[in-house]
Amino acid sequence: MKSLRTRLAALLALLVAGTLLAGCHGATPLPFRLTDLTGHMPQLEFNLTSDENKPVSATDYRGKVVLLFFGYTHCPDVCPLTMAQLHVVMKKLGAQADGARILFVSVDPTRDTPAVLHGYVNAFDKHAIGLTGAPRAVEALVKRYRSAFTREPSGKDGNYEVSHSSAIYVFDRDGNPRVLYTPADKQDDLVHDLQLLLDQGEPT
Amino acid sequence: MKHARLFALLAGLSLAAGVHAAAADQVHASHAWIRVLPGTLPAGGYVTLENRGDQPVALTGARSTAYAEVMLHHSSTQGGMSRMAMVESLPIPAHGSVVLGPGGYHLMLMKPAAAVLPGNRVQMQLQFDDGSSLPVDFVARPANALGDEAPASAHSGH
Repeated sequence: MKSLRTRLAALLALLVAGTLLAGCHGATPLPFRLTDLTGHMPQLEFNLTSDENKPVSATDYRGKVVLLFFGYTHCPDVCPLTMAQLHVVMKKLGAQADGARILFVSVDPTRDTPAVLHGYVNAFDKHAIGLTGAPRAVEALVKRYRSAFTREPSGKDGNYEVSHSSAIYVFDRDGNPRVLYTPADKQDDLVHDLQLLLDQGEPT
Repeated sequence: MKHARLFALLAGLSLAAGVHAAAADQVHASHAWIRVLPGTLPAGGYVTLENRGDQPVALTGARSTAYAEVMLHHSSTQGGMSRMAMVESLPIPAHGSVVLGPGGYHLMLMKPAAAVLPGNRVQMQLQFDDGSSLPVDFVARPANALGDEAPASAHSGH
C-alpha cells in the first residue's frame, strides 16, 4: 500500500505532464465552480458495449456533454445514491438535459452484462447509458482518467465487493475533459457547470 | 443440591433480565425504506433508530423472509475511493439515535425471495446484541428515490 503522500506526488506529476501534453487543445476557458480539468487529461476515448448490446465508442457521444461515472450494479448504496443524485441534476437542467448523457461504466464487467445494465440505468434516468465490455477495455478507460478500482472477496458464495473511485468526470461536446465532481462538491455547482457546457452549443 | 443451585442461578438470571428492558423494547424505528433495484440486484435498507432507554444498545443485523441474506454494512469515501465494509455491531447510545442512510450505514439486502416492487412493504426483524429483535415495516421506494418520502410524481393521497 503506497502512502498517501507518494500517491499525491504521483498524481501531481501526472497532472503537470498532462498540462504540458494537452496545452494545444484550446478549449474555451469557462468560469467553472468545480475542479477545472481543462487541458489536464486526455480526450474521451473508449471501445465498449452499450446496455443495448451495441458496440459503442466515445465518438458516438460527440455533440453531447458527457458525465462519466465508474460503478457496478451490485453496489446497493453509494452507486444508486450517485445515480439518484444525477437524476435530480438532470431534472434541474430541464430541457437542456437532452444535450447531456450519463455514462455509467461498469468496473465489474463479468457480472454486469448489457441486459443487467439496461434495467439498472433505466431505473434512474433516461439520459443514462450503461457501458460494459472486456475487462481490459474497461481497465484502459479507468487508467486513462487515473481512476482506480479494486476487487475484494467478501467470503460467501464467491461474492466480492468492489472499491471504486467516486468521482464524476464531465466532458464537453468535443470530448474534452472539463470538470471533476466529487461527493464533497455541491450539487448546484455541478448544475451550474453543466449549464455552462450545454450553453456552448453543438460542436462545429 | 445441584438442582437448588441451578434454580438459584436461573432466578438470578431472570431477575437480572428484569432490571433492564430488552433492547428491542426501548428502540423506536422510523423512516424505514428500501431502495429497490431491478432484477435480483442487492438493495439498500435504511432506517432511523432512536434509543429511548437508559442503557446503550447495539444493532447487530436484521432478518427477513423477503431476503435470503441481510448484512449490516457501512459505506465510506476516503481518498476519492468508495468502499463498503461489514459492521458487526452498531452502538446506539442511551437516549441517542443513529441513522442508517444512503452513503453511510445500511442493510445490504440480498437474494430477494420474490420481486420487491416500489410501494411494497417488507417486514424486517432488527436484531440487537442482547438477542432481542424488533419487527419494522420497510417501504420499498424506486431506484432513484433520495429518501423515504414518496417521489413528487407519485399520487398525493393526503
